[in-house]
Amino acid sequence: MPPATPQPNVRVVTLRIDGRDVSAREDETILEVCRENRIEVPSLCQLDGLSVWGGCRLCMVELAGQGRLFAACATRVAEGMEVSTNTERLRHYRRLILELLFAERNHVCSVCVSNGHCELQALAQRCGVDHVRLPYRQARYPVDSSHEMFRLDHNRCVLCTRCVRVCDEIEGAHTWDVMGRGSDCLVITDMAQPWGASGTCTSCGKCVQVCPTGALVKQGTSVGEMVKDQHFLPILARRRHLA
Amino acid sequence: MSLERAKPPLPDEDKRWKLVNATMRRNGYADHALIETLHSVQDAFGFLDETSLHFVAASLDLPLSKVYGVATFYHLFTLKPKGRHSCVVCTGTACYIKGANALVEGLRERYAINPGETTEDGHLSVLTARCVGACGLAPAVVIDGEVLGRLDTPDLIERLDTLPDPEPTPASHRPPTTSH
Amino acid sequence: MNLDDLDDLASEFRNAERDVERELRVCMAASCQSSGARPVFDSLEAQLKTDPHPGCRLKGVGCMGLCSAGPLVAITPPEAGIEEGLLYREVKPEDAPELVASLDGPPVEHLRCPTDQPFFARQQRIVLEQCGRIDPDSFEDAVAHGGYAGLVRALSELTPAEVLRELTASGLRGRGGGGYPTGLKWSTIAKMPAGQKYVICNADEGDPGAFMDRAVLESDPHRVLEGMAIAAYAVGANKGYVYVRAEYPLAVERLTTAIRKARRAGFLGGRVADTQFAFDIEIRLGAGAFVCGEETALMASIQGLRGQPRPRPPYPAESGLWGCPTLINNVETFANVPAILRRGGDWFASIGTQGSKGTKVFALAGAIVNTGLIEVPMGTRLRDIIEVIGGGIPGGRAFKAVQTGGPSGGCIPAEHLDTPVDYDSLKSLGAIMGSGGMIVMDETSSMVDVARFFMEFCMTESCGKCVPCRAGTWQMHALLDKIAKAEACRADLELLETLCDLVSATSLCGLGQTAPNPVLSTLRYFRDEYEAKLQGDPTP
Repeated sequence: MPPATPQPNVRVVTLRIDGRDVSAREDETILEVCRENRIEVPSLCQLDGLSVWGGCRLCMVELAGQGRLFAACATRVAEGMEVSTNTERLRHYRRLILELLFAERNHVCSVCVSNGHCELQALAQRCGVDHVRLPYRQARYPVDSSHEMFRLDHNRCVLCTRCVRVCDEIEGAHTWDVMGRGSDCLVITDMAQPWGASGTCTSCGKCVQVCPTGALVKQGTSVGEMVKDQHFLPILARRRHLA
Repeated sequence: MSLERAKPPLPDEDKRWKLVNATMRRNGYADHALIETLHSVQDAFGFLDETSLHFVAASLDLPLSKVYGVATFYHLFTLKPKGRHSCVVCTGTACYIKGANALVEGLRERYAINPGETTEDGHLSVLTARCVGACGLAPAVVIDGEVLGRLDTPDLIERLDTLPDPEPTPASHRPPTTSH
Repeated sequence: MNLDDLDDLASEFRNAERDVERELRVCMAASCQSSGARPVFDSLEAQLKTDPHPGCRLKGVGCMGLCSAGPLVAITPPEAGIEEGLLYREVKPEDAPELVASLDGPPVEHLRCPTDQPFFARQQRIVLEQCGRIDPDSFEDAVAHGGYAGLVRALSELTPAEVLRELTASGLRGRGGGGYPTGLKWSTIAKMPAGQKYVICNADEGDPGAFMDRAVLESDPHRVLEGMAIAAYAVGANKGYVYVRAEYPLAVERLTTAIRKARRAGFLGGRVADTQFAFDIEIRLGAGAFVCGEETALMASIQGLRGQPRPRPPYPAESGLWGCPTLINNVETFANVPAILRRGGDWFASIGTQGSKGTKVFALAGAIVNTGLIEVPMGTRLRDIIEVIGGGIPGGRAFKAVQTGGPSGGCIPAEHLDTPVDYDSLKSLGAIMGSGGMIVMDETSSMVDVARFFMEFCMTESCGKCVPCRAGTWQMHALLDKIAKAEACRADLELLETLCDLVSATSLCGLGQTAPNPVLSTLRYFRDEYEAKLQGDPTP
């Protein structure tokens, strides 16, 4: 008998998402499969090409037979899974989480450089957040303009850590990290010193491009001008993966 | 192929760096020794300053921001020098029920400092801890590493006021004390 | 080495002490030390030098349980429990001459603490069986009292699969709070392909008001090492970590000593008890982060990272420390294992209730006469624990609630005091077993205030990774603060309940998922106090 041709060790499974039968590779996450099938699931911290973070909790979905909710970005598909991505309960939670984000820092869209190009703003519009019921925290945060090309505004940061991950995983510089804990968390460069004084920053600008809000922007952009371009990322990530 | 990175020189002549180095060597300079190493820095120097964080980052070949992120995540690590004496008020549940808040308030009134702060003359640091495990003695206070139970505010203040104040030494020469 | 060899070793250690007729045991655990046990020990030692009593041995031991009466001194025959001897409470250094003199005469009545009181008589000790009896720094004392017999039995008489069967038969459930069946957890890791596996002991006892694990580590550290070694044998691991709070310096010191002595005696290291089995243990210190009690955060911390949890699955059993299969149990769980191996899973399963087997250690604190450490069979009624063993509420005040499970738990009111304590009954009351802290509150405690206290705890201990926990606990704390100050309106209370639901449903880890529990349980049983605050009642 001839030896069997070696098969790549990945199985294909079928599952139902919002009543639709779909097939997927076993190593894919629910979110990836949703995106492939044009099923819109909101998410903020997830970005193709970067490691899974699972912090924003916007992509939570319901699985039939399971009491708790699952983050679609961090959950692999399985044979026979029944996923609901858009129930009344999930929509209610998503609205609240977005409200929590708005109230946590000083997000005021009308004066933001990313107005109109902001993922947080777009999500809020999509999820029907037309006002915020929660009181704003009103904590004062600094703005760091010391870098000659870029600017960091903590008031607009949602702590998604995309900048930290892209800097470490794609650029390999690991200039960014998060300091502190709880609502005192801040993204920092090196030892929380001014960005412009960082000895490790390569000024590649990837962090600025992946930032979903107006927290990291190019110097010299005024209200509503900062357009982000993230298309280079998956390509780079794939190349990194192959290497 | 692996390139052995040269280890950075000790920041200065201080012998305590050897203790820090010993901890890292014992762990093979592995990145996962970071927290152990920060503990040994704090044991030796009383707090973590920028020099020591730079030294640890270079020795363990870790990004500066990562070291700083870890040092600020854990409440036990302090980046500021401590006072010559420390007073840790336990704010665990049992102590809370038995009036730990009154102690914190009393200290605030008497010394004008909040938990986590040190008096201007560097005499006393006031800290709070999440349960020192002496719930049978609630409310518990740890003064310079010694656990004292069932104190009320006047008792506590009297004890703190009578703490000896020897020749003011740099805070970093104090042995480590329990903190939160 | 087989059980006979170990028995010979134990007899040898006992023989070395055969001249000892009585022991003067001084509790040297942290709580008694903070009430002044060290000077008592020193003055007894000095007194025994000036007034020698051959046949009497002074011994520092671990926790005897009744912390509120410390420093405790027991005078007992060797091998005996404190119930069989004399117990003295609140001993001062100047009492030493009188105590030593009493060795030849009648007991010192004014210091006596009766040992037939329910606090001692109603307990059943498995985990704490040697606490307060053995010298925690002595390997010989541990072995002389049956230490390592479970491990030697496992290694010399049982296959790993048989150890797993004993554990499964015992019905032991995780004592850290979740109550996951231990046998099932071990079997999952044992089934993972052979290779590098780890065993971790979670000694990051973060619940404020809980000190069970601390007492076990300070009083009988070898028992925990033995439990970990048995686990490692059963699941095929050769490396273990104890992740212990740096706030427990005495526990760390005794554990370090115990590991060193166990290694020297050949019960840890390359050939454990002269078999092919290799297992070694290292200590990792926490650094003040409650969230590190969560297993994925704990592993991140051992790996030198920020203690932030990650989504599960994959569970640690599949991908844990450095991506290897990892078993994590807490101190009390491991401390149960040697007894199960020595006496059999069926014996253990005969204790407790249908769904919860064995005993549970509780730390009693707050408004209660006997604060301290107790161990009772699962299924003991809360009323027995609080009113009989705990001695009730001091100062003639009325009982209001008992808080179990710390910041993840809830408050149980008087009408449910007849509930038998087990995992499922507490859960149905909106509380949880938790790790075993029980804080009793009397009528002077405001339940809104208690809820605010726990929410403040969760807010400052949130790691900051996920939005519902990071921002939600802040909002809930602000609302509770507003309610407590009687500045809130009904819409605030509704918003609070909405946020409770969100945070528990969507948070990443157990800390956030359970953070609303203290609010929900006080709302369930003490809603009138919230209502009074809404009506503008400013009393604290």
